[in-house]
Amino acid sequence: MNAPAEVLLPPEQRRALVADLRAVLPSHCVLAETEELHPYECDGLSAYKQLPAVAVLPETIEQVQAVLRICRSHNVPVVPRGAGTGLSGGALPLSNGVLLGLARFNRILEIDPDNRMARVQPGVRNLAISEAAAVHGLYYAPDPSSQIACSIGGNVAENSGGVHCLKYGLTVHNVLGIKMLTMDGELLELGGAGLDSPGYDLLALMTGSEGLLGIVIEVTVRLLPKPERTQVLLAAYDSVEKAGEAVAAIIAAGIIPAGLEMMDNPSIRAAEDFVHAGYPVDAEAILLCELDGTNAEVSEEIMRVRSLLIESGATEVRTATDEAQRQRFWAGRKGAFPAVGRISPDYYCMDGTIPRKHLGRVLKRIDELSDEYGLKVANVFHAGDGNLHPLILFDANREGELHQAEAFGTAILDLCVSVGGTVTGEHGIGIEKLAPMCSQFGAAELTQFHAIKAAFDPAGLLNPGKAVPTLHRCAEFGRMHVHAGELKFPDLPRF
Amino acid sequence: MVDLEHELAARVRQAGADKTPLCIRGGGSKAFYGRASQGEVLDVAGHTGVVSYEPTELVITARAGTPLTEIEALLADKGQVLPFEPPHFGNATLGGMLAAGLSGPRRPWTGAVRDAVLGVKIINGRGEVLSFGGQVMKNVAGYDVPRLMAGSMGTLAVILEASVKVLPRPASALTLVHEFDSETAARRLLGWARQALPLSGSLYHDGRLWLRLCGAEQGVAAASEVIGGEEEPADVWTAVREQTLPFFTTPRPLWRVSLPAAAPELALPGETLIEWGGALRWLVSDAAPETVRARVQALGGHATWFRGHDGKAPVFQPLPVPLMSLHRAVKQSLDPHGLFNPGRLYPEL
Ligand SMILES: Cc1cc2nc3c(=O)[nH]c(=O)nc-3n(C[C@H](O)[C@H](O)[C@H](O)COP(=O)(O)OP(=O)(O)OC[C@H]3O[C@@H](n4cnc5c(N)ncnc54)[C@H](O)[C@@H]3O)c2cc1C
Repeated sequence: MNAPAEVLLPPEQRRALVADLRAVLPSHCVLAETEELHPYECDGLSAYKQLPAVAVLPETIEQVQAVLRICRSHNVPVVPRGAGTGLSGGALPLSNGVLLGLARFNRILEIDPDNRMARVQPGVRNLAISEAAAVHGLYYAPDPSSQIACSIGGNVAENSGGVHCLKYGLTVHNVLGIKMLTMDGELLELGGAGLDSPGYDLLALMTGSEGLLGIVIEVTVRLLPKPERTQVLLAAYDSVEKAGEAVAAIIAAGIIPAGLEMMDNPSIRAAEDFVHAGYPVDAEAILLCELDGTNAEVSEEIMRVRSLLIESGATEVRTATDEAQRQRFWAGRKGAFPAVGRISPDYYCMDGTIPRKHLGRVLKRIDELSDEYGLKVANVFHAGDGNLHPLILFDANREGELHQAEAFGTAILDLCVSVGGTVTGEHGIGIEKLAPMCSQFGAAELTQFHAIKAAFDPAGLLNPGKAVPTLHRCAEFGRMHVHAGELKFPDLPRF
Repeated sequence: MVDLEHELAARVRQAGADKTPLCIRGGGSKAFYGRASQGEVLDVAGHTGVVSYEPTELVITARAGTPLTEIEALLADKGQVLPFEPPHFGNATLGGMLAAGLSGPRRPWTGAVRDAVLGVKIINGRGEVLSFGGQVMKNVAGYDVPRLMAGSMGTLAVILEASVKVLPRPASALTLVHEFDSETAARRLLGWARQALPLSGSLYHDGRLWLRLCGAEQGVAAASEVIGGEEEPADVWTAVREQTLPFFTTPRPLWRVSLPAAAPELALPGETLIEWGGALRWLVSDAAPETVRARVQALGGHATWFRGHDGKAPVFQPLPVPLMSLHRAVKQSLDPHGLFNPGRLYPEL
């Protein structure tokens, strides 16, 4: 189990901490009663739950600075939280720490259509930015499936992706600048409204840092003009391999679709039952390929993609006839997680990325692993960039199944690493993937990560214990993979 | 294909033991860029070779000393390009390209060097060989050290190898030119930028505005109707990227000014040339550096003294004190003995 050990603050220290917090925050911004704390006990990875010592919901930058200074002086850890939709336990509270909720920072500060940017507070929901920019014919491109709920601050902290990041990039490619607070409460501005900034690219370092380096307190994002036309094709296949080959064929033809997604049969069926998208339920796999641009570009590319899909052995290729049908095709894909949630008491979402060429091989092996672990799996993935989301189906009420699901998940992630991929494409490490981090990185790299963390947060109080495992943790996990006859942590004791 | 990893790492460890700073050198094409640095030369140009390239994965991995021309030729063979069109300025290498972090005309539409780098192998200041990132497009395991290398001017680590995202070469490209005064040019540029047009380059100089369209054939044809103007047969894009236009060949100070695209005119003495839809402005000016920086900062941007300085003056826009302390701490975390390119970026680093 990855859950951090429960260490409670001594009651008198907790009382002093709460009193100090109440002195700088209005009373409705400090939550210290158990029942008030329950809504914050977990994020989207609900297998792990923990109440924080206290939660605060500040409303101004000065208040956040004051909170950080108090935590610093009490030597108490701080866990930042946006909307709590994270899937790796990044916002899981620490029993001896302060949960810093940023949800009240929910104002859009500026939309500048000439510079095609929006300046927003970190608690603003991802979709709200595009909604606010729509009057100018602009939108914010990264669109995680959770976009109606997740916050832009959380997106920066996780470097979130979405179905359109194949063409338009991840959060890191669409954020121009941030304001952040260090653990000392120092306000720093990284990047800005231009396309680059002097000095080191600390903005890149902050993006995806899972709340371990600083608190994101304002975000400037790049907006894009809405494409003149968007069109989606749905292709059905009688084998997952053929669908995988079609993906490679499209890329090889020099086409970068706006989105290129794949679902396997169990996901297709679940999604169809849930949203009635009109998916072919007998197909072994479907591809959704979205093309956007000017009318002329889309017309030209759609013909090329259509023939590529047919050549690659599609049993059926459909083009959405109107916007409503396009939305339906996507509704099935975007609703795939909750759809799977309906067919299984619990599911566990994995997030490895692999080089596309290994798609067939990896899927076959996942299938075998599914038999070995005795748990079913439904596959949904961002096929265009090789980002897999195998959903492992299990029942947490059955003795040992959660453990079995975790073991299966870890085996999948090890498989991703072994073909040259990574254990997380967009959901982050959090507490969930600390063990697989030990197989992806060696001791020297992990040590370097800790040194970078210390450069930002010397006291180690920002979201400690997440994202980067300590070497001792790796030894405890027993994850010392023998590479070329060489043990990864030869100098550490074995348990 | 020559692998000097072990030799280079040993040199770094030795330098650490001797407390001798190192000047990391690739092709030397960007020796003019940044401040002068003192130290023993650590030549990475000999560490060469493409490690892997699979066109359908859209990624190339090569050793830092590999000439950029070699990489671009290999990509061209497979109908692919580096989307950020890096300037060469001579015998550029992959490592130098990443460390300098400079991007060419297509940058506002397809991203910068930092956007395309997916993985690196580096030697840190302890002489350890470390790998970060990888060859896949989406990877959020660990802090983004690969992107941190972009523009770090060799002050954090020795880059040994880099994996970079590539893109298919656009099926067609077309350059159009208009005669506009600067106000009209700025207004039209902003108007076009608000539409989803397949733009891939913009250049304004001396009353002429050039625009490049790239993409599917029909798409380019249709967009050219929207934009209008005369077709330009000459390759202005290579000339502006490599700074071979007469504007750039001057002994006078050349400033690289990065601004929000819609920022008003610089209104500084001297001549300007504008790229990136207004977001990149080159200024040839004898104005005092403080004057240039103050004006640019007021407009929300930053100025780099690109050419024509003495190597001692500040080249990059000075940073606020707290941000500089964080820079020092980050430098310290990778290069604790201060071995790499001391002073090249800022005197404090
Ligand atoms: C149904 C569903 C679908 C999803 N689909 C996608 C998808 O398609 N693509 C994708 O990438 N993700 C997806 N996610 C995951 C999740 O939505 C993203 O990771 C999202 O960015 C988290 O945002 P949040 O505001 O909920 O952050 P939280 O969960 O609150 O926090 C996430 C992490 O960021 C830190 N953090 C939050 N705010 C700040 C801040 N202001 N400053 C510093 N650190 C901060 C937290 O400490 C934590 O480590 C999905 C989740 C769900 C439940």
